[in-house]
Amino acid sequence: MTQNSESTAGIYKETLLAGLWRENPVFRLLLGMCPTLAVTAAVKPALTMGLSVIFVLVCSNIVVSLMRNLLKPHLRILMFTLTIATFVTIADLFLRAFQPVMSERLGPYVPLIIVNCIIICRAEACASKNNLVISVIDAVGMGVGFTLTLCVLSGIRELLSTGMIFEAKVMPDWFVPWAAMSMPVGAFITLGLLLGLVNKLTKGKS
Amino acid sequence: MSTLNTLLLGFISIVLINNLVFTKFLGICPYLGVSGRIDMAFGMGMAVTFVVTLSGTLTWMIDHWILMDTPLEVTRYVCFILVIAGAVQLVEMYVRKFFPSLYDSFGIFLPLITTNCAILGLCLFINLWGIDNLLEAVVLSFGAGIGFTMAICIMAGIRENLNMADVPESLKGAPITLITAGLLTLAFMGFAGMIR
Repeated sequence: MTQNSESTAGIYKETLLAGLWRENPVFRLLLGMCPTLAVTAAVKPALTMGLSVIFVLVCSNIVVSLMRNLLKPHLRILMFTLTIATFVTIADLFLRAFQPVMSERLGPYVPLIIVNCIIICRAEACASKNNLVISVIDAVGMGVGFTLTLCVLSGIRELLSTGMIFEAKVMPDWFVPWAAMSMPVGAFITLGLLLGLVNKLTKGKS
Repeated sequence: MSTLNTLLLGFISIVLINNLVFTKFLGICPYLGVSGRIDMAFGMGMAVTFVVTLSGTLTWMIDHWILMDTPLEVTRYVCFILVIAGAVQLVEMYVRKFFPSLYDSFGIFLPLITTNCAILGLCLFINLWGIDNLLEAVVLSFGAGIGFTMAICIMAGIRENLNMADVPESLKGAPITLITAGLLTLAFMGFAGMIR
């Protein structure tokens, strides 16, 4: 009995950690690239985006996991999308009411969470096959992994493009901001180099 | 004359200056996934162009003629995604019937057009920019599809040549594609001054 519960705890821990590094949605699975590139010009919008994604991911995984026995195979993607669209609408209305400035800044990228591949992928690969607890843990792991990636990327870009992090100055006075880092070019190239770095690190380990 | 002018300017601006892939980061997944070979990239571009034109037009109609007249604007995202999923289903059936070999080589990427952010993104941008003319909405959606096709074909052409280049081991695959995309956006920024 104790061994059984221990192994369950092991699975939970494993699922939680998978999203953070081994199956990190952005670095390892290459999912959800659009918001990753679009909202990472500064840390604050990136963090808002990450939190919204965690909310939608957890809620949709809960609902999908609860209705997994009722799903018809050819209609399941549609059901996933509708579930996700509902929660994204909630998140969007919430942001508009309580964070109007941030909502304005993120613009269409909040509703675009609907077509964020991470969420559909987790609904399909995890929540439609596993029970409620595992689905929630998986959603939290993946969501936090995604948010951390966004923060790293946006941290680098904000630091180099303005010399500030979280709108607080950190670079010395002689630092000349790289305007290109806040433009699309900076997003693509920073992410490309980061992916290369991650490849290098994982290769050295194995 | 002035209508024609607006339409033409809108078309050029969405193809070159506000290109969805290069400036709005939309449709990056198929852009990275299907851009290995030019013929597949072109097929994908055509499929996306068709879906985006159809759904851009339909969502504009639904948005302006139904949702804005009734207090149902909260359901906007749900309606949009339903329209897109329906349009993709149509394309999938058509391609499976008439181009079976293309259907096989697309694999999972064809149904995934539903989750292509370029399409939902365009419908949302049309709403955001306050386009209040049906014709303009149609031209913009078509232009967005052409812009996507162009971007993905350029990328496929570069990647076919990149296969022969000596890329550092850890940058192979997605990283070098992203860096190439970054340099391409730099080139496309040259168009930025063309229209105010």
